[in-house]
Amino acid sequence: MRTALIVLRKDLLLELRGFETLPAMVLFSIVTFVIFHFGLNRSTIDGQLAAAVLTVTLLFAAMLGINRLFVAEREQGGFDAFLLAPVDRTALLVAKAIALFIFLVVLEVIAVPAFAVLLLGPPIGRVLPGLALVLLLGNVGMSVIGTLVSAIAVHTRARDLIGPVIGLPLLIPALIGTARGVGPLLAPHASGSPPAKWLAILALYDLVFALLSYAVFDFLLEDQ
Amino acid sequence: MDQPPAIELRGLARQFGERTALRNVSARVPAGATLAVLGHNGAGKSTLLRILATLLRPHEGEVVVLGEPLPRRAFAVRGQLGLLAHEPLLYRDLSGRENLQYHARLHGATPERVEEVLAAVGMERRADEPVRQLSRGMVQRLAVCRAVLHEPKLLLLDEPRANLDPAASELVEPLIGRAAGVTRVLTSHDPQAALAEADIVLGLRNGRPAYVGAPGQLDAGKLAELYG
Amino acid sequence: MPVPPSTYGRGLRGLSLATIATISLALVLVFFYAPLDADQGFIQKIFYIHVPLAIVSLCGFIFGGLLAIGHLRTGDRRWDMRSYVAIHMALIFGVGALITGSIWAKASWGHWWVWNEPTLVSFLIVVLLFATYQPLRFAIEDPMLQARYASVFAVVAGAFVPLNFIAVRLAQQYVHPRVLTLAGGNLPGSMRLTFLISLVGITLLYVTLWKYEMSAKNARMQVRRLRRTLLGDDAVPGYGRSAAPS
Repeated sequence: MRTALIVLRKDLLLELRGFETLPAMVLFSIVTFVIFHFGLNRSTIDGQLAAAVLTVTLLFAAMLGINRLFVAEREQGGFDAFLLAPVDRTALLVAKAIALFIFLVVLEVIAVPAFAVLLLGPPIGRVLPGLALVLLLGNVGMSVIGTLVSAIAVHTRARDLIGPVIGLPLLIPALIGTARGVGPLLAPHASGSPPAKWLAILALYDLVFALLSYAVFDFLLEDQ
Repeated sequence: MDQPPAIELRGLARQFGERTALRNVSARVPAGATLAVLGHNGAGKSTLLRILATLLRPHEGEVVVLGEPLPRRAFAVRGQLGLLAHEPLLYRDLSGRENLQYHARLHGATPERVEEVLAAVGMERRADEPVRQLSRGMVQRLAVCRAVLHEPKLLLLDEPRANLDPAASELVEPLIGRAAGVTRVLTSHDPQAALAEADIVLGLRNGRPAYVGAPGQLDAGKLAELYG
Repeated sequence: MPVPPSTYGRGLRGLSLATIATISLALVLVFFYAPLDADQGFIQKIFYIHVPLAIVSLCGFIFGGLLAIGHLRTGDRRWDMRSYVAIHMALIFGVGALITGSIWAKASWGHWWVWNEPTLVSFLIVVLLFATYQPLRFAIEDPMLQARYASVFAVVAGAFVPLNFIAVRLAQQYVHPRVLTLAGGNLPGSMRLTFLISLVGITLLYVTLWKYEMSAKNARMQVRRLRRTLLGDDAVPGYGRSAAPS
């Protein structure tokens, strides 16, 4: 775990220095909201439609982040440097997953209010805790799968393409859970608590894939 | 010899897909000695180095580094190896100091050691600039720092003098040269320079050992064969 | 790495004959024995092909995942070969299931695709996922890395199959009165018998084809190895890029 924190700190420092990925994700989200406004030809949306727009936008913004997750390691020898160290190798992937999670949280802190301002009809204040809960659970799933997929994709030739192509189908249950969990919250006169069924599904999905990924991560970094 | 040899190779072989990169390589390097690996491009020098660095697995044969058989005990020996590779293995957006601090934390070296090596190569003043902005010679010096940061017992040096002017070369000498007093394996495009430093020479041709022995017995004819 | 040879050809003839016999029997039953469905008419009989194809395909994907676990644990490339063949056979069966499912949907509900049939939708997602298996392999050039990463993918994707079905099933708000609830078995006796025979036939077909392809690949691999040993490395040209394990 200590190793994971060392790598995480390095990654956050790199992002702070380079400052490319996060701004791109945020910008992409906001532009997408604008496109949806024109595409749907509506000033406000609510309910399940709003949930769909928000979820899909966050998903594709996440894809940008996922594509970049291991690029620096691959291109600047970060893998070798890490593999030479006498540390637990799974820590690299744990660190990347946490980094991705943090990116997603920061993204949502900006994108969700932007969404509320630009597109959402009903007020968001009351449902914010419930919304945060669903999104956080969704983020865990996206971080785990995103890291796994990114680690696979970085060794392929079609790096930017393979990641989303593999990742999107794997993420579908998490997306269903997120969209359906958020839907009732964004309806007019919403109650404020997300449906328990979908929280349970998201939690189950996160748990299963976190355990599974942890088990297979080793094989992705093994001596070749 | 009282001490066990630093490196023992017996019948080492490694393939990449269908291509054989190394075949039947055997050598014995006593502790503290320097092994020079010579050969033309693609002869398998870098592959051998990477296997010794535990970055690649041997497919056949035995590899024992610092008393530990690889790949089974790779974990035990990793912290005692220092690799200077083709790539500097530094993040271009971070400064030299930040890069070294990252590596220090990974290897369990102290911040004081970071400052020590930076001073030794004369980079202490420019250590806070992003690596992206430094010249190749400076980057190479930082790479040397990275390799010796954790005071390894075995140095694996792939073209160590590349990009270094004579002044810089002198600066790194105590860290990675004979004076460092550790076992070294080095490859070089300049066979004469490598021979001058070597106790043992391993010549590779198409992955197979063409010569194993003392540098003195490697005459010009055999040398031409290796690089021909 | 030296890999001892193994034969998949054993029992292949018997298996092939059994497959042909069972499928012929199934076809006879489908056309002459099973009753004509009152609502849907003759085209409903495609159900006897569609559902077994789907079931065998899903089992094939999970089978492929299990074989991949074998590869990761032992490092023996033969497991990877088995996994690869299992998955790409299952994918072919899966596409067949989707096509026959679409025909059935058209016949039953008038549309080439229906969203309110959760099993069909889940199935589409699974097929989409496994359709990426071969492009993934093709995109990794180093054969060892290709085998390892493909196995990791196969394991994760195999675990994904049940989870996906649960999630999609819960997401659908319609519960169609479907014949697909086979476990409940609301099939009258004659239909059930036909269905079971058909299922056995398609399973045998899958296993037979799997063994055929494994034998072919295995034989080819051994020939190459022999040639390389006898004639030297250079006599045998490399495969170039390929998605299949060699």
